Amino acid sequence: MAKLPLEGVRVVDMTVIWAGPFATHMLGMLGAEVIHVANPHHMPDFAALFTRWPEQSQLEGLGGRAPYPGRKLGERPWNRNGMWNRVSWNRLTCSIDVNKPEGKEVFKRLIKEADVFIENNGANAIEHLGLGHDVLMEANPRLICMNMPAWGRSGPYMNYVGWGAMHEAIGGHDWLRGYPDEDHPTTNNFRFHMDSAGGAMAAIGAIMGLIHRKKTGRGQWIDFGQMESFFPHIGEIFMDAAWNGRNQRTIGNRHPTAVQGCYLCRGPEPTLETSVAGGERWINITINNDEEWKGFCDVLGNPEWTKDEKFSNVVSRYKNHDELDEHIREWTRLHDNFEIFYMLQEKGVPAGPVWDWRDAYMDPQLNARGFFETLHQADCGTYRYPGFPWKFSETPLRVTHSPCMINEDNDYVYKEVIGLSDEEIADLEGKSVLGDLYYDWAGPMPERLWEEK
Amino acid sequence: MAEQVLSDVKVLDLTWYIAGPYCTKMFADYGADVLKIEKPPEGDPARRIGPFLNDDPHPEKSLLFSHLNLNKRGITLNLKSETGKKIFKELVGDADILVENFSPGVMGRLGLDYETLKKINPRLIMTGISNFGQYGPYRDFKVSELVLSGMMDQYSHGNEGREPLKMAGNCEQYQAGHMATVATIAAYWLQLNEGIGQYIDVSMQETMTADIDHRTLNLLDWAYSGEVAIFRQDPRAGTSALLDITPTGVYPTKDGFIRAAGGIIFWPRFAAAFPDIGAKYTWPDDVLNMDNKGVVDAFWYPWCLDRTKQEIMEYMQKFKYFTTAINTPIDVIESPQLKERGFWVEVEHPVSGKQIYPGNPLKSEDPWWQVRMPAPLLGQHNEEFLCDKLGYSKDDLVKLREAGVI
Repeated sequence: MAKLPLEGVRVVDMTVIWAGPFATHMLGMLGAEVIHVANPHHMPDFAALFTRWPEQSQLEGLGGRAPYPGRKLGERPWNRNGMWNRVSWNRLTCSIDVNKPEGKEVFKRLIKEADVFIENNGANAIEHLGLGHDVLMEANPRLICMNMPAWGRSGPYMNYVGWGAMHEAIGGHDWLRGYPDEDHPTTNNFRFHMDSAGGAMAAIGAIMGLIHRKKTGRGQWIDFGQMESFFPHIGEIFMDAAWNGRNQRTIGNRHPTAVQGCYLCRGPEPTLETSVAGGERWINITINNDEEWKGFCDVLGNPEWTKDEKFSNVVSRYKNHDELDEHIREWTRLHDNFEIFYMLQEKGVPAGPVWDWRDAYMDPQLNARGFFETLHQADCGTYRYPGFPWKFSETPLRVTHSPCMINEDNDYVYKEVIGLSDEEIADLEGKSVLGDLYYDWAGPMPERLWEEK
Repeated sequence: MAEQVLSDVKVLDLTWYIAGPYCTKMFADYGADVLKIEKPPEGDPARRIGPFLNDDPHPEKSLLFSHLNLNKRGITLNLKSETGKKIFKELVGDADILVENFSPGVMGRLGLDYETLKKINPRLIMTGISNFGQYGPYRDFKVSELVLSGMMDQYSHGNEGREPLKMAGNCEQYQAGHMATVATIAAYWLQLNEGIGQYIDVSMQETMTADIDHRTLNLLDWAYSGEVAIFRQDPRAGTSALLDITPTGVYPTKDGFIRAAGGIIFWPRFAAAFPDIGAKYTWPDDVLNMDNKGVVDAFWYPWCLDRTKQEIMEYMQKFKYFTTAINTPIDVIESPQLKERGFWVEVEHPVSGKQIYPGNPLKSEDPWWQVRMPAPLLGQHNEEFLCDKLGYSKDDLVKLREAGVI
């Protein structure tokens, strides 16, 4: 089998949620051996995300439910959480209690065998554990050590707390993404672009660390504030503020020059229920120029209104955008969104359906390219997962590890990677430093979910 | 100038618009020698996309182009002409990486597909970024940022009963470029170690579907249970799963808005910030009793309206209660955090002058990220490349220009 791009690279992963696991999962997809280190006394945060009390609320509550097969937690819920499983294939896990001195020593031995270390805990968390970059790089001067909290390891916001929505509010994204006709910023329910940008940037940084080390023999500490990889993604809007003093605000689904919109198609009227259950049909249509306008009008059969002077050129169409939207909506409401999608694309007009989740899994293009991966995991069963985002011609990427179950790779990591003897392992297991020690889910909720962190 | 991490890397850049140029910008910012090849006479269409400096639609004043092409050198070359192809192939012989984001099939029609180019340079990494990938039933379909947004998580972004919303600006296209960089630099690592070249097919649709954010949750939740976890919902309604009285959502302030996120486990933090309110309720029972929400809101709304968003954020963050200012772009430019980190940088450009640009996201110990030069003027480095590198004479340049090759 062809060597994978990052084969032979070992990554120690103490990431918690979203951007961190995304970064290490990508390195795993590219062939690195990624070892996630969990604490044997509590669930990894990503597997516990949305864990709420009482237990019932996480299965039935609105707005933040956790994905479990059949909505059943099972005996080991941490292995059945979709959040965790989504990013835990091509990764390994082991448990070490780094709160205990013996655990720190074992962890440092693991770091000595690693090329890359990545974590995205709170800005000071890893230092408070006594495992800051100085300690780890002393243990392994060739280490590429990436700390990636939201705002980096310096500055007045360094310790600011919040979820993605909070940080993106500070970063301007909330202000720039709502409905223009609402009197307040409304919409960042759960879509945090900083996690997308941060994951990609961290993966790039880790690989650049390897390149740098190959040239110089030295490791590198990287202080990565995730938000700083988000700003360039809407860089021109911030530059408009700095260069022209213009404070842009949201234009919703509109474009600065083209006419475009998201139009309701044949199907149910949108309600809270359909926003939850899927089934609404929407189409996005963009008309950049006269050629696309002509293609659009042809598909509609050139009705009388399309010949109105108001819609005769790029400028007049933009000027009469609201009225144009009304006409388009009247037409789209009579058709299914996939039908419109194919009809318009045939005439060279950029258009596409708004997928609900069923549409995503059924998409003809993704399936023709074999995008989804069917993966099995003993505690949760067999499902289709989003797969590799790239296709390499000479070193095709492949699944090297099913979604890992917590502690699944303890033996391999303890013995073959760290080199612990059977006696050492027995001793450390006796001290609850290593091993599979998760609490009994059927019992009372663990203290830590309640305590003030 | 100090050595940068990618100083030895040579990138040929046949990209335009956003996704491709952002991919190669990553290489350029970290030191690679990126040669941007633009089509004569008008160049990258991004030069004609606003916003512009002082709203003057000059091809050297596009903010988008200036941002995306920082640290690159640029030549013009007509790849449809035989001479243009010949010059391009000479450049390929010496390159480590080639990135393009034309429509699928364009490179083939030019006779510059990977099969041809790898005969010239077997070590070449060629990354092709396209809307839907190089093959498949949607191969030739057109997209816009909005159309791309629909084929990911737009369904669950916005308010219930209203149309789904895209994110700000051109986020998805930037992200596709960013993801292309991940694959390309991983391939470069393999090339560096094993001498292997290859072709990487990057579909923007796939980079979006493989992304993790709440798609992670919704795609898997759908597969696991036939339901979705996150959906369009007005944040003023709070997150009903929390079922408690802690302030959650968007709140007006003296000068704008703040966002707050509570939840039962955060009540002690809220109570610490407001001991009088905190003393009224026993935790957790009173906090879970929604009958008490009116009292908390009656205090919280006017308290916020009396203060600026920055004051509220600074105060609430002292108690670690999830509260942040909803900032405007100008607020972000002036952010004390980004000032202290030195994130925004000044770059001198011959036409647009000294201006502010987004800076380095990765603070490495060694100076990996540097500003070496502003975005290239159209054809700025023609002479340098064609004469100094490839040995054409100045006379030849005139002929090439007249023939429309450069």
